[in-house]
Amino acid sequence: MSRTRHVGLPRWLFVPALLAGVFVVLPVAAMTTRIAWSDFPSLVTSDAARSALWLSLRTSSASTLLCLVLGIPLATVLARSEARWLGVLRSLVLLPLVLPPVVGGIALLSAFGRQGLLGHDLELLGIRIAFTTTAVVLAQTFVSLPFLVVSLEGALRTAGERYDVVAASLGARPTTVLRRVTLPLVLPGLASGAVLAFARSLGEFGATITFAGSLEGTTRTLPLLIYNLRVTDADAAVAMSLLLVVVAVLVIGLVRPRGAL
Amino acid sequence: MSALVELRVADRDVDVAFEIGDGETVALLGPNGAGKSTTLAALGGLLRPDTGRILLDGEVLTSAGLAGPDRWVPPHARRTALLAQDPLLFPHLSVLENVAFGPRSTGAGRRDAHRTAEHWLSEVDAADLAGRRPSELSGGQAQRVAVARALAADPRLLLLDEPMAALDIAVAPALRTLLRRVLADRSAVIVTHHVLDALLLADRVVVLEDGRVAEQGPTSEVLARPRSGFAARFAGLNLVAGTATPDGVRRDDGLVLHGTAGDPHPVPDADAVAVFRPSAVAVHREPPGGSPRNALRVTVTELEPLGDVIRVRAGELAADVTVASVTELGLAPGVPVTFVVKATEVDVYAR
Repeated sequence: MSRTRHVGLPRWLFVPALLAGVFVVLPVAAMTTRIAWSDFPSLVTSDAARSALWLSLRTSSASTLLCLVLGIPLATVLARSEARWLGVLRSLVLLPLVLPPVVGGIALLSAFGRQGLLGHDLELLGIRIAFTTTAVVLAQTFVSLPFLVVSLEGALRTAGERYDVVAASLGARPTTVLRRVTLPLVLPGLASGAVLAFARSLGEFGATITFAGSLEGTTRTLPLLIYNLRVTDADAAVAMSLLLVVVAVLVIGLVRPRGAL
Repeated sequence: MSALVELRVADRDVDVAFEIGDGETVALLGPNGAGKSTTLAALGGLLRPDTGRILLDGEVLTSAGLAGPDRWVPPHARRTALLAQDPLLFPHLSVLENVAFGPRSTGAGRRDAHRTAEHWLSEVDAADLAGRRPSELSGGQAQRVAVARALAADPRLLLLDEPMAALDIAVAPALRTLLRRVLADRSAVIVTHHVLDALLLADRVVVLEDGRVAEQGPTSEVLARPRSGFAARFAGLNLVAGTATPDGVRRDDGLVLHGTAGDPHPVPDADAVAVFRPSAVAVHREPPGGSPRNALRVTVTELEPLGDVIRVRAGELAADVTVASVTELGLAPGVPVTFVVKATEVDVYAR
């Protein structure tokens, strides 16, 4: 691909652009100066750290999966259906993006907590959600779902319906069109949406601590552990933070070269 | 397969009816916004008419607002394959998989579908492209593969929406020849703006104007004796519509064009048209005096090179003159001139 640039950029633009880059990178880099490197290996391999990291990876994977299962149909309906009430639904789905996560946690408690709308009935069936690992996954899904839906819906709208129309005219049923044409064409958008959802789940804190609590091994994910250690053991908190940064960079780096993130 | 189309779409002000005979290719002609795309979309099941019905070989594909229950067969169950202006090959599938898409979608196994795909790829002389990705094809190759893909779906009615419009002028003739071969005994509807498509591909033409059928008939007849302004322009002829006089046509503004009565014979005071070739028109700067010939005072709107002549357009009318006359007469848009045509060159027939 040629890299011809037809219109030059104003040179002054590079100054604020560079400043923005520094603004993001500097704090993260500064963190590495505060790390007690001699203790680092033992800090990040402690039982608490390993258990929190493992829990974070497990719950984030589960919530990403749940986001895909729920988000693909929702994004497709939002992008393709013309029903009027969908406009309202589209706005509501974005709610977790603008709500403070702690409010999301309270909302989840109201629905699934022991005294909650559904939680009460679930309790009678012997199913308890609040303050379990399931609650962590639900909290993460709640805040991550909009990332996947917005990203995928945008990709579906950009792709348009022309290929779908041709596929149908060739005899493909709607399910076949979705499976063999619509979704394969938006795979990059789907992948970047899934990565965003995973990354958001990995960093989830407010909704989780409100709805799931901070129980070691069950609900204490890496961000919750860092928050806990921040007061009692600052060195460990910084070490965990770096660990989280490394995992986040790995996740973005793995997918970015192929997809359109 | 024969088809019957009757539809009315209120919000697009379309109200058309026509038939497609068994194995017949019908060209839908008309200016932009005349209702061609709406008609094609209704045939493919992409648009539901307010009232009307579409029958394909006796099967009701669409029925709305008529006696009896409404019926609408979804696009995928119609077997009306669509070939659009852009090839729209699925970019994530190989050429072979693209062509096999139709058979696969309708339940054929992978091996059977591939065999069908290979057959149709060789029918369009594209067998050697089977392993390629759509992004590795030229525009002409991609459209040939798209033809194979449409035919592999075994359509009862093929819908072609300006299939040559996006192609290079250099490759369009080859695709036209290919379409002529594969459409020979197939029922098809083709929307086109090109007179060659109508001449070479269509058995009959249906001319739409303002959402109505302006005229329809065998291609050769409509293009030789057009009755609508659009068909005349399409065939490169001048047409003046009005009411019949004993030896000509009187336009609404009172101008009378004398001519030779032809078939169908004009009935005095009924609608009639006068048709003449642009090459039969002589262009004068000053109105010639005392001549019994037809003289039309017009203003030049456009000059267009056409082979070794220049076509002088004046609104709906056109005259062909030599390059030398253009300079001699000082012709340019905005110049008032007189078009003169002999009565023997003007055909007059009932509308």
